[in-house]
Amino acid sequence: MNSSSTLINALFIFVLAGFIGFEVIRRVSPLLHTPLMSLTNALDAIAVVGAIVLVGRHESRLATVFGFIAVVAATSNIVGGFVITDRMLKMFKSSRPASQPAANSSSKPVAK
Amino acid sequence: MTGEIGSIQIVIELLYLIASVLFILSLKWMSSPTTARHGIWAGEAGMVLAIGGTLLNHGMSYQWIAIALVLGTIIGVPLGRVAMTAVPQRTALSHAFGALCVTLVGSAEFYLRTPDISRFMMAVLSLEVILGGLTVTGSLMAAGKLQEILPQRPLTYKGQNLVNFVLLVGALVIAVTLVLHPASRSLFPFMILIALAFGVLLIIPIGGADMPTVISLLNGYAGLSAAAMGFVLNSKLLIIAGALDGSSGLILSIIMSKAMNRSFTNVLFGAFGQVQTSAAGAEEAKPVRSATPEEAAAILSAANRVIVVPGYGMAVAQAQHKVRELYDALTKRGVDVRFAIHPVAGRMPGHMNVLLAEADIPYDRLIEMDEINGDFPQTDVALVIGANDVTNPAARSDATSPIYGMPILDVDKSHTVMVIKRSMNPGFAGIDNPLYYLDNNLMLFGDAKAFVGSIVRELSGGHA
Repeated sequence: MNSSSTLINALFIFVLAGFIGFEVIRRVSPLLHTPLMSLTNALDAIAVVGAIVLVGRHESRLATVFGFIAVVAATSNIVGGFVITDRMLKMFKSSRPASQPAANSSSKPVAK
Repeated sequence: MTGEIGSIQIVIELLYLIASVLFILSLKWMSSPTTARHGIWAGEAGMVLAIGGTLLNHGMSYQWIAIALVLGTIIGVPLGRVAMTAVPQRTALSHAFGALCVTLVGSAEFYLRTPDISRFMMAVLSLEVILGGLTVTGSLMAAGKLQEILPQRPLTYKGQNLVNFVLLVGALVIAVTLVLHPASRSLFPFMILIALAFGVLLIIPIGGADMPTVISLLNGYAGLSAAAMGFVLNSKLLIIAGALDGSSGLILSIIMSKAMNRSFTNVLFGAFGQVQTSAAGAEEAKPVRSATPEEAAAILSAANRVIVVPGYGMAVAQAQHKVRELYDALTKRGVDVRFAIHPVAGRMPGHMNVLLAEADIPYDRLIEMDEINGDFPQTDVALVIGANDVTNPAARSDATSPIYGMPILDVDKSHTVMVIKRSMNPGFAGIDNPLYYLDNNLMLFGDAKAFVGSIVRELSGGHA
C-alpha cells in the first residue's frame, strides 16, 4: 500500500498509453475520423467498470444511485457506439472490387 | 481465503490487460478502411472481457447491475441507429453520457472516501469531476446546437470571457480548498455546479462552423476525465482507455484548428460569427455569371476530369444520393470524377466521408485536401456543392479577411468552377467569397438536390 509508488506506476501507464494513442491515432485515415470518434467514445465508456463496482458493492445509497445512472449512461455509449461505428464502416466500399468482381470479391465479403 | 481473493484479483487484472491490448489494436486497425471492421470486433471483445472481469469481483450483488446494463442497452441501440446526417449530434450526446458516468462515479467516490483521502487523490478527483462536469453540459449544448434545438448563431455578450474566467477560478479555488481540507464536504456540490455552468457558457459563443473543433475538444476532455478517474480508482485499464481517447480528441482538435487556421483559445473564446459583418456589407453588386442545368450538364459531359467539392450544404439539402447519381452518370461517360474533402467540411471530423460513403461513393474517390490541391490546375471542372468558406480564395490573398491563412481547396485554379448555391448570401462565417466573381466561375442557383437532379436528367436524357 505504498501510495506514492502506486501514483508513479499510474503516471507511467498514463504517459506511455498517451504516447501509444498519439502514434496509433496519427495513422488513422482522415477518411475514418467520424467512425474513429464514435469508436473511441465506445471504448472510453469502459468507465462502466468503476460504476459497476459502485452498484455491486452497495456501500451507500448515494453511491448506488449514482453508480446505477452511470452504468446506464456508459452502457448506452458502449452499445450505441459500437452499433453506429459498425454501420458506418460497412458503408465504406472501394471501387476496385467492383471493377474486377471475380478476382477481388472473395477477400472482402468475408469481413461482412 | 485471502489467497482465493488474491487469485481472483489476478484473473481480473489479466483480463483487463487483454482488454487494454484489444483496445489499442482496435484503434490501430482503424488506420485503413479494409481492416477497420476488425477494430470493432477487437473493441467489443475487449469490452466484454473487461465487464466480465469486473463482475468477478468479490461481494457484488448483481441485480441492479443487470437492470442498469439492460436499460443502457435499450437506450444505446436507437442511439446507434440514427441517420448519418445526425451523427454529429449523436456524438456530442455520447460525449455527454460518457462524462456523466465519470462525474457521477467521481462524486460517489468523493462521498465514500472523504475525509480520509490523500491530497493527491483529492486533486485528481477534483480534476475528474470538473472536466467531467463541464463536458456534460458543454456536450449537451453542442448537441442542442447541432440538432438545432438551440440557436446555431454564436451568442456573445460583454465580459463573457471575464465571467468564464471567474467561474473557472472559482472552481479551482474550491478544488484547492478541498485538497487542503477534505473534510469540508459541503463545498463539493458547488464545485460540480460551477463546472456544469462553465460547460454551458463555454459553448454559448460557439457557432455551427466551429463544431468540428469543439466536438473533438470535448472528446479529449471526456477522455482526460476518464483517465483521471482511472487514477482515483487505481485502474490501469481506465487510465489506458482514457489516455487513448484523450489523445484521439487532442489530435483531432489540432487537425481541425489547423484546417481553420485558428488556435484553441481562439475557437473557445473568439466567437467567429460577429467580426465580419462589415466585410459582407461593404460589397456592392458585382456581376456574376450563372448557368442553367442544361449548360452545366453540357460542360460536365465535355470534361475529362471533374472534382466535386462537397460541403455541409450538401448534407442539409440531402443531396448526397443525387450526387452519387451524377457520379455514376459521369463515370459511365468516361469522366474521371473525384471528391475533394476539406478537413472541416461538415459538422464533425470526417463527416463528409461518411455521408458520401453512405451514398455508395467508393472511398478511394474521396481525396484529402493536401493530396488533391495540386490537381486543380489540371482539372476541367470543379463542382462546388454546398461549400463556401473552404473554397474562398480570399483566405490565400486577402490579409484583411477573417479567414485569411485558412487552408482552402484551390478550386479557382481549375479551368471552370461551378458553384451550386441557393443565392448570393454569404456562408456561415458571413464572409463574401470573391470566387463567385471570377471569370472562370459559373453560379448554378438553386437547391443542391434539385439542381444536381436536373443535371443528372440532362445527362441521361441526352445519352440514354
